[in-house]
Amino acid sequence: MGIIRTERLVFEYIRRDEEGNVEGITRAVDEVDLDVRQGEFIAILGHNGSGKSTLAKHINAILYPTEGSVWVDGMNTKDDKDLWNIRQEAGMVFQNPDNQIIGQVVEEDVGFGPENMGVPTEEIWERVEESLKAVGMYQYRKFSPNKLSGGQKQRVSIAGVIAMHPKCIILDEPTAMLDPNGRREVVRAVRALNDVEGITVLLITHYMEEIIHADKVFVMDKGKIAMQGTPREIFSQVERLKQLRLDVPQVTLLAHELQKSGIGLPAGILTVEELTQALETVQKYRP
Amino acid sequence: MSIILDHVNYIYGSDTSLAVHALKDINLVIPDGQFIGLIGHTGSGKSTLVQHLNGLIKPTSGSIYFNGEDIHAQDYDKKKLRSKVGLVFQYPEHQLFEIDVFSDVCFGPRNLGLSRQETELRAYAALKQVGLEDDYFYQSPFDLSGGQKRRVAIAGVLAMKPEILVLDEPTAGLDPKGRDEILDQIAKLKEETGITVILVSHSMEDVARYVERIIVMNQGSVMFDDTPREVFKHYRELEEVGLAAPQVTYIMQALSKKGMPVKTDVTTIAEAKEEILRVLRGG
Repeated sequence: MGIIRTERLVFEYIRRDEEGNVEGITRAVDEVDLDVRQGEFIAILGHNGSGKSTLAKHINAILYPTEGSVWVDGMNTKDDKDLWNIRQEAGMVFQNPDNQIIGQVVEEDVGFGPENMGVPTEEIWERVEESLKAVGMYQYRKFSPNKLSGGQKQRVSIAGVIAMHPKCIILDEPTAMLDPNGRREVVRAVRALNDVEGITVLLITHYMEEIIHADKVFVMDKGKIAMQGTPREIFSQVERLKQLRLDVPQVTLLAHELQKSGIGLPAGILTVEELTQALETVQKYRP
Repeated sequence: MSIILDHVNYIYGSDTSLAVHALKDINLVIPDGQFIGLIGHTGSGKSTLVQHLNGLIKPTSGSIYFNGEDIHAQDYDKKKLRSKVGLVFQYPEHQLFEIDVFSDVCFGPRNLGLSRQETELRAYAALKQVGLEDDYFYQSPFDLSGGQKRRVAIAGVLAMKPEILVLDEPTAGLDPKGRDEILDQIAKLKEETGITVILVSHSMEDVARYVERIIVMNQGSVMFDDTPREVFKHYRELEEVGLAAPQVTYIMQALSKKGMPVKTDVTTIAEAKEEILRVLRGG
């Protein structure tokens, strides 16, 4: 069984008017089946309101299913007794770094999680050190978080999650507020966690370039999984993604546009290297 | 109708040990009707700069002129300035508060002391300008989607009939379609009304696609101020200050390195497509 599994997961928001009468019901997640294996890098795409964040919040038991079930490492999120174990195994990083940092000093912030878990002091320091090193922020350990850039703050938030030794980490649009450099830093840190530490990653994003290395991509629409596959399979379907209010990386879009003009390129080009190579081949065999 | 910044300096906490020199000798002319992109890494001074444009922050030294008048002169009418220079902050939907969309957009013009009829006409026109359907006008702004809320917030500023519209990352957190919709709408608005638009953005692709002039800020100074084509030629220097060029620029550089005779100063997909086709077919 996978590290994260959902079975016919349904979540409904009940809308009420000012008197508390039920006005209607919105089904935010609609019968989603997920099965994520340990060590996978999973990307979740979907337009605003497609249900991505609602789904993500089920994985560390911030929300509970209306119908169906969610298991994290074999533990059902409905079981109250496993709540803290689930939250420790599935860590979450949100969009705005300023809402997640509480410590006055970077290392203190990172130590907050393990301290609350009752980890012995000496081990806390070890964990703080290794977590900050894993995201490349060790040299900033004595800094005040106020003095850091957005990308650096977001990496501190990630270190705070890793210090709890989770098996998986869920990132809900961690780069939405960052400049290009901050985005690069965060994506690089997340990939390293996955590659080196073997932590399972679920990355929710609106930036298509960030997920070309994912093992698997899920695209959500109206609470359901509308598409799933490898990045190449997903990004080959430019028109379908556009219908779902999404996009493809610029390089994929350019390749698609050239194809439409009759240039013989393979579908689902994901990187600059792939495109230049393909175009070289085209040029070489030009009649 | 223009803004001139003349040797503007701004220092946060200037009389404390934590003084930060946020703007250093800024000299800029913002003429009528331009579509300007303002880029720079986090902390480069972009937001401090835009807050000077409508007098929210007073420069430590230097002057700012709006239509030839010093905005910090003793008898200058700042209230009028703020209706002429409209600022849309980041995540402006957090500032919505009224019971329905229409009332929220009416709030600004009503505070200008306009008649009820004029207020409502302006609110209606502004909501049309951002492309919101009539059906939503009497809904609570909190029941709308992220992209719709953001449009309502922008309409609230447009209803003040500004001559200059400054948008601080208007597309942050929106899905790709939502991003395109908002930016297309702003471009259309600029075409139709001739308003000056200053777009603060972290997306090089968006800036390349829409604006005619890019101002790059770095550590409180203006690093580049030119057309997108010229600015993105300096992609290596941009990378050093935490920015980048659009991905297409890198594609053209890579093709050129492989010996394909393409022009490398390309900043949009449409240009790149044309250029590659030209070389493959003609060259």
